[in-house]
Amino acid sequence: MLKSKNGMEDGFLSSVGARPSTMLGPAATKITALVVDDDTINQMIHRRLLDNQGIRNQVVGNGKEAIDVHCSGKNFDLILMDMDMPVMNGIEATRKLRAMGIRSIIAGVSANSRDQEKQEFMEAGLDDYQEKPLTTSKLVSILHKVNKNG
Amino acid sequence: MQMLQGYLDEQFIQLEELQDDENPNFVEEIVTLFFNDSARLLQNIEQTLVSGPIDFAKLDNYMHQFKGSSSSIGAKRVKNGCTRFKDYYMAGNAEGCIRTFLQVKREHAILRTKLEAYFQLARQAGPSVIPRGQVR
Repeated sequence: MLKSKNGMEDGFLSSVGARPSTMLGPAATKITALVVDDDTINQMIHRRLLDNQGIRNQVVGNGKEAIDVHCSGKNFDLILMDMDMPVMNGIEATRKLRAMGIRSIIAGVSANSRDQEKQEFMEAGLDDYQEKPLTTSKLVSILHKVNKNG
Repeated sequence: MQMLQGYLDEQFIQLEELQDDENPNFVEEIVTLFFNDSARLLQNIEQTLVSGPIDFAKLDNYMHQFKGSSSSIGAKRVKNGCTRFKDYYMAGNAEGCIRTFLQVKREHAILRTKLEAYFQLARQAGPSVIPRGQVR
């Protein structure tokens, strides 16, 4: 069983064959991810960060599209969820996904959120929260800070 | 590059580190996208500031987007200007908003010129000559 940086057993990383390093090599991951963000710059950056880790990924532009893609039968190991989006924001989308029984790792990614908003976002069902801009080390931190999946 | 010193922060270096042989123009593509989006946002902000009583909620929304994307490319001075703008907005200080907006607009234009020159130089010199991570 792999141990993460904080010493906790990383069942998730073990289950997808990840190596115990600060960077997950492309060959070591079989993780899939969904990027939920209305901003095209963030979409490009997050996709590139995920590609670099060898993580297959898809992008949608708001919370409703995230719901729809799951209703179409798709599932993802990781969801990077922006907070402020049109149509349906990240808080509502996270709440709905959890109500649908989606147990993917959902990491909230937002810019300069007030503590109250961040708290509401976490309580909607996030597994992790990171301030934008997302970086490689923040992404790796998200992937390490998980419970057993599936 | 010294020409960009003080204008960009660590995030720009993060973007450069995401660039590789398979994605050789990644940073320039992101920066181009930023300037296209931000030009539109600046127009919207300016329009909101000059047309009648200021709709501060609309202004906050535009500025939030603008600050977010500035932060994503590491545009330090532009981002800091947005923070100062937010302070005036929170105080409902229209004159402060307008003054700070003009500063942000100026910083944005300066950054655009500098980055255009930076990428032109990079294209001429080739990727092996311009070392990454030199922007501070």
